[in-house]
Amino acid sequence: MTKKVLIADDEPNIVVSLEFLMERNGYVVKVANNGEDALKCVAEFVPDLILLDVMMPHMSGYDVCQKIRENPAWQNIKIIMLTAKGREVEVTKGIALGADAYVTKPFSTKELTAKVREILGE
Amino acid sequence: MRDKLKFAAVLAAVYVLIAGIIAVLAGLVWADLKPEERLLAAQVLDERVGGIVVFGFFLPFFLGFLINHLFRRYISAPSQLAEEIQLIVSANPDHRATPRGSAELRKVVRLVNELADSRQALQRDVEARIREASRDLEAEKNRLAALMSELAQSVVVCNIEGRILLYNARARQLLTQPVDKQSGAATRSLVGLGRSIFGILDRNLITHALENVHDRLTRGNMAPVASFVTTTPAGQLIRVQMAPVVSAVEQGRPEDMAKAASAPEITGFVLILENITRTIEMGSRRDALMQTLTEGTRASLANIRAAVEMMLSFPDMDREGHNRFIGIIGEEAAKLSTALNRTVTEFADSLKTQWPLEDMRGADLIAAAQRRIEQKLGLQTKTENVDESLWLKVDSYSLIQAFTYLASRLRDEFGVREVRFGLESAGRLAHLDIVWTGAPIGTETTMSWQTEPMNLGGEASPLSLKDVIERHDGELWYQIEKPRHREYFRLAVPVTHPEEVAWTVPVTGESRPEYYDFDLFHQAGQNPELDQRLLSELTYTVFDTETTGLDPSEGDEIISIGAVRLVNGRLLEHEVFEQLVDPRRSLSAQSIKIHGIQPEMLAGQPAIDQVLPAFHRFCEDTVLIAHNAAFDMRFLQMKEGPTGIRFTQPVLDTLLLSAVIHPHLNQHKLEAIAERLGINVIGRHTALGDAMVTGEVFLKMIPLLAGMGIRTLGEAREAAQKTFYARIEY
Repeated sequence: MTKKVLIADDEPNIVVSLEFLMERNGYVVKVANNGEDALKCVAEFVPDLILLDVMMPHMSGYDVCQKIRENPAWQNIKIIMLTAKGREVEVTKGIALGADAYVTKPFSTKELTAKVREILGE
Repeated sequence: MRDKLKFAAVLAAVYVLIAGIIAVLAGLVWADLKPEERLLAAQVLDERVGGIVVFGFFLPFFLGFLINHLFRRYISAPSQLAEEIQLIVSANPDHRATPRGSAELRKVVRLVNELADSRQALQRDVEARIREASRDLEAEKNRLAALMSELAQSVVVCNIEGRILLYNARARQLLTQPVDKQSGAATRSLVGLGRSIFGILDRNLITHALENVHDRLTRGNMAPVASFVTTTPAGQLIRVQMAPVVSAVEQGRPEDMAKAASAPEITGFVLILENITRTIEMGSRRDALMQTLTEGTRASLANIRAAVEMMLSFPDMDREGHNRFIGIIGEEAAKLSTALNRTVTEFADSLKTQWPLEDMRGADLIAAAQRRIEQKLGLQTKTENVDESLWLKVDSYSLIQAFTYLASRLRDEFGVREVRFGLESAGRLAHLDIVWTGAPIGTETTMSWQTEPMNLGGEASPLSLKDVIERHDGELWYQIEKPRHREYFRLAVPVTHPEEVAWTVPVTGESRPEYYDFDLFHQAGQNPELDQRLLSELTYTVFDTETTGLDPSEGDEIISIGAVRLVNGRLLEHEVFEQLVDPRRSLSAQSIKIHGIQPEMLAGQPAIDQVLPAFHRFCEDTVLIAHNAAFDMRFLQMKEGPTGIRFTQPVLDTLLLSAVIHPHLNQHKLEAIAERLGINVIGRHTALGDAMVTGEVFLKMIPLLAGMGIRTLGEAREAAQKTFYARIEY
């Protein structure tokens, strides 16, 4: 069964690449442009994994992550946080709020793909 | 005269005594004689009566002479000597006793004179020492005052109760109440001699720092310093360093030494204040810069990298996808460039190396360079088009050295006789030109001049011209205007802004500020038993008001308050309060004649409910003085209800005090009193002018009152009250 990946990022220029990358790796992809949209998609689309950007308007990646983890039904959804903030405290916060991995921009797409595979247990 | 009477009396007594003795003797002998013997005796006496009479006649003269001699020698001479000694002791130390009387007495006189000599020498010596010591002390005080006024740091010295004993101009500037933009109220300095520092800085912070310092002192740290950061009333962030003033230990007094060793007594503290607002601002700007550079770049780089990697990893992608990724890369690269440019412009200040540069007026820099070049090189200098308003951020020493170096090479290698300076503004930069005329010197030469270490008359500098220019974040180049044979070096450096450097202008032109008063060290707390305190040692606020009319209960209002502080017998002309007040009503033409304040002057001034709190703070902990104080106090008291501000301190009235001093004169108007006491009246009928005159009058009154036995505040108030009732009854 093909796995589903949700990309939540407000920057179209990264979304294009991520969407292309995930599709080429054989995942079913959906894109959300902000935090609220992302939560809606989680409910409808029920992804296996979310690539979640931290800095989004209205609702940050941290908030989205926290909301997802609050819902028992969504405990199995994997979350990889993407951020331009590279400080250690931010990594710690992301992990503490329930992210499975934390990737700092700029990142290697190869490594990201590897990480996605690893987290999805493939 | 009395001596003569005394002498006559003694003489008479001696005569009577001798005559008495002879008479008694003769009587006794006569009574003892037999009749025939008496006959014989009578016969014998009768025959010698001439001799006896002659003897009896001369005897008094002889005795008189003898007694006179003895009297002079043993009574008169010692008593005159006593008077002379008295004279030496109490009135004229230069006087010396005249030798007289017996040999013994003359010896005493000689010794007394010797004693007087040595006493006088001793006295002169002591006086000389005292004069010298006080001259030294005065000189030291002046040096300290001069030093303090020149210091770039703000310094405030307080006694242990937090009263300000000394401050400098910088401190005054730093601790100034902000301009109230809305009301236009004038800025007002919060520091003042004898004022409490707690009115300016948080009491808890200071107490905490003092405890800290005290702890460390008791633990044997001889020079503890505590520091804290706080804000000024103007919202500036300041770092405060506190060092204790420890009581002096008298050498050779073991009990003092022992006491000092165990727990030195802190008698006061020195605060060094540093405005760190700009440093902090710079710091946070640097932080912001770092953040913009890192986070802003990360996102764009991620986008580019991802796009490139997609294209590399999936070369089979279609044309449309390919173009899309290329588009992304182009867009993100452009975004990055823009961001970088913006950051560099915006944070230019924070990016450059932090060499300590001072703000200096360009014209002053040029004048200094001219002086140096003329003195050191003997070249003529001139200026052309110097923009006087430009301020530069410079290390003036190295820059002047650089100019001199350039001029010296021009002189030595190209025979240049005269250099001219120009200064022009060019946007964010200033162009400082060194101009000369002569044969072209060529760019290679000027390049080498810039990179070689500067050598000035044998003094080699480790720096090259280039280093100096770089330090100033500037650029230097050589240009030539061929048709005019005019050549110049142009130095482009960033300009700075005068408002940032306004603080370098001294507050007053006076060399000797009134900013210190060490006598306050000995001043106890102001509040307890004020009435017991001497008039000469209290702190006063002398004030005056101008009003729309005479009756506050009929709606008359204050339109101006002026006040000056009087500390330790000095009128502090720098510590004044002057404020016009919008009365929120019209002025009568009659009152305008008196105070000269036109209605338009009051438009936009703060109302009384804004002014009174500030004035109340100004008067805090002082005794109020006003001429006809009852009048002014009534106006202040009328405002107690609406503003909630009460003036509860003791009040002295110079009008009543004048009546105490001159009860028989009827003129107690301020002018009349001032004239009587020999005070120049200037600037009268402004509130501040009148307050100043009142203050001077009061200062003159203090010794006059003391002459009447009125020395303390309590006595003065009592005396004033008595005349007050006397005047009312009258």
